[in-house]
Amino acid sequence: MEHIDFSLVNWSRAQFALTAMYHWLFVPLTLGLSFIVAFMETLYVRTGNPEWKRITKFWMTIFGINFAIGVATGIILEFEFGTNWSNYSWFVGDIFGAPLAIEGIMAFFLESTFIAVMFFGWNKVSKKFHLLSTWLVAIGSNLSALWILVANAWMQNPVGMKFNPDTARNEMVNFWEVLFSPVAINKFLHTISSGYVLASIFVIGVSAWYLLKNREHLFAKRSIIVAATFGLVTTAFVVLTGDGSARNMAKYQPMKFAAMENLYVGVQNAPLVAIGILKEDAKEASHKKQDFRFEIEIPNMLSYMAFLDPNAYVPGIKDLVHGNPERQILSYKEKSELGKIAITSLAEYKNAKNAGNDSLANAAKIRFEENYSYFGYGYYAGRDVHELIPSVATTFYSFRIMVGLGVHFGLLFLVVLLLTVKDKIAKKRFILYTMLWSIPLAYIASELGWVVAEVGRQPWVIQDILPTIAAVSQLKPASVQITFWMFFLIFTALLIAEIKIMTKQIKKGPGEDESSTKSASVNN
Amino acid sequence: MTVGKNLWVIILIKLFILFVILRLFFFHDYLGSKFTSEKDKSNYVIEQLTK
Repeated sequence: MEHIDFSLVNWSRAQFALTAMYHWLFVPLTLGLSFIVAFMETLYVRTGNPEWKRITKFWMTIFGINFAIGVATGIILEFEFGTNWSNYSWFVGDIFGAPLAIEGIMAFFLESTFIAVMFFGWNKVSKKFHLLSTWLVAIGSNLSALWILVANAWMQNPVGMKFNPDTARNEMVNFWEVLFSPVAINKFLHTISSGYVLASIFVIGVSAWYLLKNREHLFAKRSIIVAATFGLVTTAFVVLTGDGSARNMAKYQPMKFAAMENLYVGVQNAPLVAIGILKEDAKEASHKKQDFRFEIEIPNMLSYMAFLDPNAYVPGIKDLVHGNPERQILSYKEKSELGKIAITSLAEYKNAKNAGNDSLANAAKIRFEENYSYFGYGYYAGRDVHELIPSVATTFYSFRIMVGLGVHFGLLFLVVLLLTVKDKIAKKRFILYTMLWSIPLAYIASELGWVVAEVGRQPWVIQDILPTIAAVSQLKPASVQITFWMFFLIFTALLIAEIKIMTKQIKKGPGEDESSTKSASVNN
Repeated sequence: MTVGKNLWVIILIKLFILFVILRLFFFHDYLGSKFTSEKDKSNYVIEQLTK
């Protein structure tokens, strides 16, 4: 691949990143709020207290606004696959298609059928059937996330498939291996639980606003109790699954792991840099190597995080790029040569098949299959292999800000829960402002999680097999730029609409339900 | 206008923009618009991947 239009590749990447990040502004609130609403309605059905119904209906309206504005924004990503990333779309074949089709058939229909009952079925169906519908909406929303995350996990750790050189497509040979790959399971659990934390922060933040305005005290406190409890439990789960993600990353994407830690030279007993400031090392400017201007380390922690062994060896960026024979790590130059053999063999196979020379075709196919696991590296043969290093600073800082904010959320849930149980929360204005201003922080943390996952694995679209430079369609960069700015305008308009409608609804408040709020205060 | 009506209007405008304007005029299926048969598509992709 001699002539690469990096303008095209970078604009296509930017467009995909833009649409994915905007889409993700809507998704986590849907995932988490659906369960929070289900918990609230369960409390209503169990206690019969109409105040819980009022609380449920208010948060259900907020859920509805977010769902209505966010729904179908993800479909644009699928448009982009077919238009901007056609080589990739063809190459992944049914591996990507199957999970997305299941999402459409199973989860989407489950979700959309019961969402109608959830919104329009109050007083038309029994309490228990309504509650069941609310739970099924929550489960359906989260199942939708499962399938798209399985597809994403496959790109990070391609398993359960075999490449067919006749069709140039990966064919699924083991669906269960794709579905239950450790990366897929972990990615699903980590992503949805981070959505639960975001939604919990959203609920306690909005409730704090009511308390600051001296409005809706009972409503706000009850909402806080449910959301802070859910948030506290799911924060613990996010920590557990994040730990699993780190181990998967160290095993399947060691370059991403090394970049995330700014680890240039591999070591045993590797320390974890808890807090650090990077500076570029001028001596190795071609690598853009970063040194630490300042760092606080936790001894042996990185080795433990990666391999559950404080003495374990963790390879650094230099080991992965230049190789480390002692540790049986091939250099990127060696891998790119093997990848080049795979690419050349695929071309030879195709030519021999067209010429009807079966023996030559078989020999080429064997060579291709032997080297297929390095296929993507072949595009970097004769190029600067440092192009295979992702942005270290972006990955390093994104990870630390995400983790730092996660710790903040966990502590906040704990403090808020204790203060609410002791009925002191309304007087703690500093805590109330912290709750309110944690809403944008939750969105930042959530987006940064994706930055770590996706920027950290660059330049791969499919790990080790297909880089962005080979996956992109041969379009004019100008046409990608036009659609980039169109999306920017559309999504910004949707976001403004969401914020405007939501704030209007929040200012309006939960209002009166047909059941008297007097009875609520009696039951309090 | 109630919140429900506002949301329905936004949903309909959004779906129109996504599925009519963007899909029809800006987001063609790249391989589908160039080739009609699966064989031609696979030959093209192999050519792109091995050039």
